[in-house]
Amino acid sequence: MKEIRLHGRGGQGVVMGAEMLAYAFVLEGKYASSFPTFGAERRGAPVAAFLRFDDKPIRETHQIYEPDCVMVLDPFIAKSDTIYIGLKGDGIGILNTPKKAIDYWPQNLKRLGLIDATQIALEEIGRAIVNTCMLGVIAKVTGWVRLESVISALEMNFEGKLLNKNAELVKRGYENVEIFYKE
Amino acid sequence: MSSIDLRGQIRVLDGNRAGAYGVLLCKPDVIASYPITPQTPLLETLYKFEAEGLFDPEMVEPEGENSAMGTLIGACAAGGRTFTATSSQGLSFMNDAYLLAAGNRFPIVMAIGMREQVSPHGVISGQQDAVLVKDHGWIQIYTESCQEILDSIIMAYRLAEDEDVLLPVNVCYEGFYLSHHSQRVEIPRQEEVDAFLAPLKGMNRLKWTLEEPMVFSSYTVPPELYTEYRYKMCMAHQRAKAKFDEIDREFAAKFGRSYGGQIEEYRTEDAEIIIVTMGCSTGTAKVVVDRKRDEGVKVGLVKIRMFRPSPKERLIKVLNGKKAIGVIDRNVCYAWNCGHNYIEIKTVLSDLDRPLPVLLDFIAGLGGADITDKHVEKVVERTIDAAKGKTYEPVTWLSLE
Repeated sequence: MKEIRLHGRGGQGVVMGAEMLAYAFVLEGKYASSFPTFGAERRGAPVAAFLRFDDKPIRETHQIYEPDCVMVLDPFIAKSDTIYIGLKGDGIGILNTPKKAIDYWPQNLKRLGLIDATQIALEEIGRAIVNTCMLGVIAKVTGWVRLESVISALEMNFEGKLLNKNAELVKRGYENVEIFYKE
Repeated sequence: MSSIDLRGQIRVLDGNRAGAYGVLLCKPDVIASYPITPQTPLLETLYKFEAEGLFDPEMVEPEGENSAMGTLIGACAAGGRTFTATSSQGLSFMNDAYLLAAGNRFPIVMAIGMREQVSPHGVISGQQDAVLVKDHGWIQIYTESCQEILDSIIMAYRLAEDEDVLLPVNVCYEGFYLSHHSQRVEIPRQEEVDAFLAPLKGMNRLKWTLEEPMVFSSYTVPPELYTEYRYKMCMAHQRAKAKFDEIDREFAAKFGRSYGGQIEEYRTEDAEIIIVTMGCSTGTAKVVVDRKRDEGVKVGLVKIRMFRPSPKERLIKVLNGKKAIGVIDRNVCYAWNCGHNYIEIKTVLSDLDRPLPVLLDFIAGLGGADITDKHVEKVVERTIDAAKGKTYEPVTWLSLE
């Protein structure tokens, strides 16, 4: 089983993104589950969501404290070291940031994906909603899920023109992420 | 929005939406419900189904939960299949109609997206709302996963409307930890569920019509008749237990999924100690049981599915000869300073052979607190120690440690 923790802000599509990613795994015949941290829903407030996937049924219902991968949708939250709390050894970090490098490598972080998803989202849909773009990014950086599965999972929430635009966002995320390895 | 008719597909659904598909598949005649967090998305999904023409129940929007239940009581008296859902204070507000439904033997199915009760105020997970009404005459089924919510709603109609039972049934699932937890769910096909519910068509049911009016809930009944009503209701609850096991077996044969009926027994056969759970922490606890088994610890798990009526006979059978029992309770009983399942199991102890197992209670997960594998490991370890004869605390507030 692999565990992913997503960070972002209310309104950025963190929860919906996690659910679409779960569906992408299920489309590949795997088992997956996702859920958000709970509280009063507030636009702009920091939120986290959790995702598990495995080849066999997932029974755990508790929150994720030791993720294999941390993905951050909000550039300001990406500045905080606390996002890496509990990250397992050889861990993966994925950040939405305009930066081309990070200042230092936190302990346990082995692989890092950087992308300016906000800029891509603004170009494609005119709004800074980056969840779908980041699904393409995580597919590329981790290799855990196929690009086609992620695009197929979009139809859970989109259709028509919006589906096409978000599919384009996924692809651009997949193609444009820069991947770095700790030496 | 793409079509929301997902019947026959494998999808990712949270507990609320999984429950809504269960309701859709059972085609109720009347739905009356008032929204309350965390149950609201279930209701929203039912309205979407109706708007898209997937089913055609009478959808009543009452001004509150009490009226919702009142509406269903009327619909049930007329022979209708009914559904509602609520949580927390909504259940409290419904209380007198909730009692009426059971006393009149109306086979209403109601989901409870479980949430803590005031006070302190909190839109947070817990089981206190549902366990509070444990002696209000309803059957209560507690669930572990989104799939089990969907499947249990289908089974609930088979149980409630059975002419040997005729009692209302709650399908309970923890708010947020299940209501908002998206999981892989297999949604049955309509014809499969139609076939599973078909036996209900030939069942006897009171039906109030304008031509043949009846009196329900009569004001003054003589004490003998009153006592007879109570006696018959108790008997119906007792009959519901074996019936639920039967329904589970039939469900397994038709759908390939079994939940054990009244209780699920997980690796209990050669177990020396047993962990007792109810609700979604069961999944996490099973993972820990497997881990401890790999270490050579003879531990098993009993999941309480049917909390009401009490699965007494099944519990006696599975707990006999065990050395120690650790109960995880996501609820509290002020009177006895413990959780409710601790009292239930303690009551069962008097029917077990000597020497009796040691019994420990662990209160955890209140007020939205997480129940993690680390918590369950503590439960297992302390229960083992108690089995070995070490001194122990009968009741531990695990989340406070």
